[in-house]
Amino acid sequence: MERDFDIALTVNGVRVARRVEARQHLVDFLREELGLTGAHAGCEHGVCGACTLRVDGEIVRGCLMLAVQAHGRRVDTIEGLSDSGELAALQKAFHEHNALQCGFCTPGMLLAAQELLRRGGKPSREEIRAHLSGNYCRCTGYQAIVDAIEQVLHGQG
Amino acid sequence: MFELLERHGEAACILAGGQSLIASLNMRLSAPALLVDIGGLEALARIESGEGVLRVGALVTHARLERSPEIARHVPLLAQAAPHVAHAAIRNRGTLGGSLALADPAAEYPACALALEAVLLVAGRKGERRVRAADFFKGLFETDLRPGEVLTAVEFPLAAKGDRSAFAELARREGDYAIVGLAAHRSQALRLAFFGVGATPVLAERAAAQRSLREASEALAQDLEPAADLVHAAATKLHMARVLLERAWNAISTSH
Repeated sequence: MERDFDIALTVNGVRVARRVEARQHLVDFLREELGLTGAHAGCEHGVCGACTLRVDGEIVRGCLMLAVQAHGRRVDTIEGLSDSGELAALQKAFHEHNALQCGFCTPGMLLAAQELLRRGGKPSREEIRAHLSGNYCRCTGYQAIVDAIEQVLHGQG
Repeated sequence: MFELLERHGEAACILAGGQSLIASLNMRLSAPALLVDIGGLEALARIESGEGVLRVGALVTHARLERSPEIARHVPLLAQAAPHVAHAAIRNRGTLGGSLALADPAAEYPACALALEAVLLVAGRKGERRVRAADFFKGLFETDLRPGEVLTAVEFPLAAKGDRSAFAELARREGDYAIVGLAAHRSQALRLAFFGVGATPVLAERAAAQRSLREASEALAQDLEPAADLVHAAATKLHMARVLLERAWNAISTSH
């Protein structure tokens, strides 16, 4: 039975081709094969959100997707989205509001929050909390994270 | 695909969105020798109109159900249920078919399928068969799917003018598995499908036949026999089911 597969995908705008084990998770592929360690492997069963990535423009769990499933797709990580400046307003607001302490959850929080911002509209605090319900933070108590996202939402006018 | 499934029998596992299967692989709760990834089968990712029904492909994601104007118009109960399924990042990948085929007792769609009298389309090497939702869910994580078969689509009757539906669940945290949930639909008759109260979704027929909420709430004790879980006593679960019944009953009687 085949255990290794050739995959080709675009990661942060760069074409990447590798041979991967069928069982390798996308987040492990990015961390171990490509050295992109911004997405964190936390709970590894889809609960904590630390491994959040963007695949074809939508956020996904990097631990609930296999690298082979990313064949032919576009993957964006915190590294690429940070370098492009897309997350700059959120990052500044997180900094100002002290919305991170240890920082382990922050890449996932930023990607989840950015998806909400991209959707447009003016979500309430409850809606922000609902959207972030799949991202654990064990330091801040969430208040400052919601404050930061709310500030960017309001700043967008 | 059918050949692979036939050749490998129970050692093979169908991978759709993977939002439950990959988690269970990660925890070593299942260890199939072969994963058959059906994610690339575009024919299973369509939403199509049929005669009096909306045919929703097994690979349609929760996020699409949440946002599709056709679903909102023709199968509003599904659109109401979808936002309750897990979290945003999981809804972007998890699928309708995956949820139904897994048949988790606390999952939303099996109850919706039962409330709406949906028909599940199941394909095997020898052709396709149609299974009513009421016959599909057999037990805890157990369905009518036989080895080598794949759930391809689900047919939901189009909501008629005057039909009403309501969806409600109680969970400890947004996106968690429901402790108790209710998918309710009123067309000619009212159908109340509770989940989280047994091995499969349970149709509360006695409650649905009552004329007042008070009578329905009383009758519910004859319909449901929820077992206690680690946190909630059986009586608590029945109480929660009554809370949901009240919410759904009021929503259905007052919505326009």
